[in-house]
Amino acid sequence: MRRFALIALPYAWLLALFLVPFLIVVKISLSDVALSIPPYFPQFSWEEGIGAFLAELDFENFVFLTQDSLYWKAYLSSLFIALVSTALTLMIGYPVAYGMARAPEEWRPTLMMLIILPFWTSFLIRVYAWMGILSQEGFLNQFLLWTGIISTPLTILNTNTAVYIGIVYTYLPFMVLPIYAALDRLDGSLIEAAEDLGCSRLSAFWLVTVPMSRNGIIAGCFLVFIPALGEFVIPSLLGGSGTLMIGKVLWEEFFSNRDWPVASAVAVVLLLILIIPIVLFQRNQQRASEADQ
Amino acid sequence: MSRFSWFNAVSLTLGFAFLYIPMIILVIFSFNESKLVTVWAGFSTKWYGELLANEAFLDAAWVTLRVAVFSSTLATILGTAAAYVLIRSGRFFGRTLFSGMIYAPLVMPEVITGLSLLLLFIGIGLERGVLTIVLAHTTFSMCYVSVVVSSRLATFDKSLEEAALDLGCSSAQAFRLVTLPIIAPAVISGWLLAFTLSLDDLVIASFATGPSATTLPIKIFSAVRLGVSPEINALSTIMISIVTVGVITASLVSKRKMVREREEELMAVRS
Repeated sequence: MRRFALIALPYAWLLALFLVPFLIVVKISLSDVALSIPPYFPQFSWEEGIGAFLAELDFENFVFLTQDSLYWKAYLSSLFIALVSTALTLMIGYPVAYGMARAPEEWRPTLMMLIILPFWTSFLIRVYAWMGILSQEGFLNQFLLWTGIISTPLTILNTNTAVYIGIVYTYLPFMVLPIYAALDRLDGSLIEAAEDLGCSRLSAFWLVTVPMSRNGIIAGCFLVFIPALGEFVIPSLLGGSGTLMIGKVLWEEFFSNRDWPVASAVAVVLLLILIIPIVLFQRNQQRASEADQ
Repeated sequence: MSRFSWFNAVSLTLGFAFLYIPMIILVIFSFNESKLVTVWAGFSTKWYGELLANEAFLDAAWVTLRVAVFSSTLATILGTAAAYVLIRSGRFFGRTLFSGMIYAPLVMPEVITGLSLLLLFIGIGLERGVLTIVLAHTTFSMCYVSVVVSSRLATFDKSLEEAALDLGCSSAQAFRLVTLPIIAPAVISGWLLAFTLSLDDLVIASFATGPSATTLPIKIFSAVRLGVSPEINALSTIMISIVTVGVITASLVSKRKMVREREEELMAVRS
């Protein structure tokens, strides 16, 4: 009996507040928009039954997504921005994780703390910090003008460049931690063996260290890519009117245009796109935990 | 992995500079006299004074704190139960669906979680406000708690529980006297994680709330949309300091605990 309650409580909570809401989104994505509250015309009711629902079913909102170029451009540009920023985060995060793994033993708790600290600080504030740095009269421009590298201020805030900087900055700890965990477990004698057998230090790095930290790299990349794809705060604070990201489009569709059926259809398609990386990520995690045992 | 090279030193320095310089600039300029946030005009704490006199911010902070305390506590109870079920209960009806629902919210984009909860609240006619934000935050943060707690449960020795049962404990007693003290650090870090996630959340709260309740992130977001403001810098500095003190204390405590445990082990070996 007690066991039943233990299972039933979290189970019922998740069914009611995770699964059911999601089914509602799917349902509304198949409904027609209406000028009422709530602003959609229900296409499905239990009274009419499933038969009537299926007879009237259309994918109007999804067809609309393919017709209006705003949406598929937003999906493509989100994918592109997420991919590029994941690559940039890897390029910056790997050397940091590598440095941490090779740092003297007594430094490591401090380095670890320095990587985790930003994770506990407000995400919104960390994005906001860049607004003062990247603006026309911001610190970066002041610094570059002072050093004489540029003569007129650069426009960085409200462009895609600022979005890349924002994503790399906020998700860097997510890339560093799994790579550090993988490198920390790496047996140093393997690299010595490679060097004894005639590898240069650089080729030992590429042939031994990088392949041995593969699981960490993959995990880090997915931990950056998946949230970056649906990101809302970064493009709306740092990006400009030309920055198309699907999280922002969904938000505006819902709050500004009040087109709930289309917003729901946008959400359903975004989730369908995300399923592939999520499944790949799960598989990588499973393989990594099997390799540990 | 030793041989710390120049390359390592440079990449660590640059990496941490990148992580910390923006926050340091933010903190420094919260003490700026001028309203222009990029021009230094002398030291002043007036923005802190204005912040503390701003009732709208104080109200929002109070709402945020209440939501975070309630939702993280609920999430810890539900998440710990879920972790216990996942690790200890073996097979039961719908287990795959259950574990799917635990992991899915971790990778679900916030806009989708927010949208779907809003549609549910409207569908059942629940008035939106503090209660609906608590419900929303509990739902996604319980999944984080359950991941943290289940990783601890998975590594601990089940025979300790069995020994307690053999010695005449009821299963509730065994949980309270044996399991709970062992998983307590994970439960506490789960609570802290849930608390931080709730304090931090903008997107889900924006969807789940109504006109009656505004949280601090919603307030900050609407203020900074218009540009940088010194009051927000002051608020950010306060929040960053609280987190910094907390994280440093936690790491000192865990370090001291590790040293003590090592000493105890040494003593045990010697005697």
